[in-house]
Amino acid sequence: MTNGPRATLDRKMQERLDSILVLGSMVEQAITGSVRALKDRDLNAAQEIYDNDRAINNKRYEIEEQTLSIVATQQPMARDLRILSSVLDIAGELERMGDYAKGIARITIRLGKEAPLKALHRIPKMADLTADMLHRAVGSFVELDEETARAIPDEDDKVDELYNALYREILDIMFEDRSTVDRATFHLWVSHNLERAADRVTNICERTVFTVTGNHIEFDRSDDESGEF
Amino acid sequence: MNKNNQKITIQNLILHYSDGTESLQDISLDIPAHAITVIFGPAGGGKSSLLRVLNRLNDLVDVVKLEGEVYLDDLDVLSPKTDVIALRRRVGMVFARPVVLPMSIQENITYGLEIAGIKDDQRLEDSLEKAALWEEVKDRLDDPAVTLSGGQQQRLCLARVLALEPEVILLDEPTSGLDPISTGKVEESLQALKEDYTIVLVPHSVQQAARTADYAAFFLQGKLIEYAPGNLLFTNPQDQRTQDYVEGRFG
Repeated sequence: MTNGPRATLDRKMQERLDSILVLGSMVEQAITGSVRALKDRDLNAAQEIYDNDRAINNKRYEIEEQTLSIVATQQPMARDLRILSSVLDIAGELERMGDYAKGIARITIRLGKEAPLKALHRIPKMADLTADMLHRAVGSFVELDEETARAIPDEDDKVDELYNALYREILDIMFEDRSTVDRATFHLWVSHNLERAADRVTNICERTVFTVTGNHIEFDRSDDESGEF
Repeated sequence: MNKNNQKITIQNLILHYSDGTESLQDISLDIPAHAITVIFGPAGGGKSSLLRVLNRLNDLVDVVKLEGEVYLDDLDVLSPKTDVIALRRRVGMVFARPVVLPMSIQENITYGLEIAGIKDDQRLEDSLEKAALWEEVKDRLDDPAVTLSGGQQQRLCLARVLALEPEVILLDEPTSGLDPISTGKVEESLQALKEDYTIVLVPHSVQQAARTADYAAFFLQGKLIEYAPGNLLFTNPQDQRTQDYVEGRFG
């Protein structure tokens, strides 16, 4: 970003991008933390993540208000305008991803101290992949790195593969032992939340490509919102 | 853009002044009817020169080179045979600073009509209505025009142009000296007028360009850099120079 006639706009835009990094980091921690709490049956940690969703929401609203203020006072155009429109959009995506983490924390609290299912081992892997994709997706947006943004969505396939494998495994567990149905369903919800979160990473990458090129693109996905349940 | 809808066609226009301060370099541009086409860019880019070519106001200054073609429908604008007075009746112009005549409000409108030999009382009210000024002056038509505010004077100048029922209206930074309310009124007038006229506007800011443009042409140092529908040019310019200018990186 430059100095000179638009130093104020540059500074304010950089602050918004920094805010997206902060929000991205909060959500990343919420996702990994929620799954760690599930794995460790750490109800205190789960409660903390559940409560902390409010901070994520507040951060999103703060970003929205400050971005609208830039639009109103600085009249940005062209790529500046696309960056700010994407900041609004990505802040919304991140906030929804925070909701998924909150949902996982709520499930952990409901599961209480019940014994974990053996299929659980795939869930931390899904969470790690999703958090890693999220980290790089937010970074590529802030850096306006189109190449990285185009590469990340392919990795969503790995998350989908884990999800599908987990889904089949959980169904098998349910058939084998009907007493596990409650727990197994909860785990299915957790994995579904992670799968949706990874899809939202793809949305962020699409916004990055739009920001850089001005063209809307849609990366191929193995499923869509209609698969939500 | 639909070729059949073009009102003004400019082909390979080249213009050099004798002092070399400003020129147009091989400009080709089609200006559609019933739309606002905005010509914008930094000072010295050729915007006003282009406007003045369109109604031959450049005849009054020292031009050493003028090549290319400009057509208003089928009329060869640059041909020496073209009746310049008739051309300017078809292509009216509003300048940056309002130039009201030292007469009453009413006479500012009727003076041009009388010279043109037009007797039509209704045109007074109609033109003031179209310029969004009628309600403000209908009870004081005999007052000197200079008693109007700057914004009202500028709308009076617009009404004066409209009274002659031109086909094209050229506006060279028409709101540069106006407050935001008056600016808004002029811009609203233009939005209504484009239904019946072809409007070519040199705006006083990039923001005004973005607000008003159906089509926008970015000029830089005598060259047409980019020409596109306004909603595209201000959100996704294709040329880096356009992007840098609309983002305020130079100017």
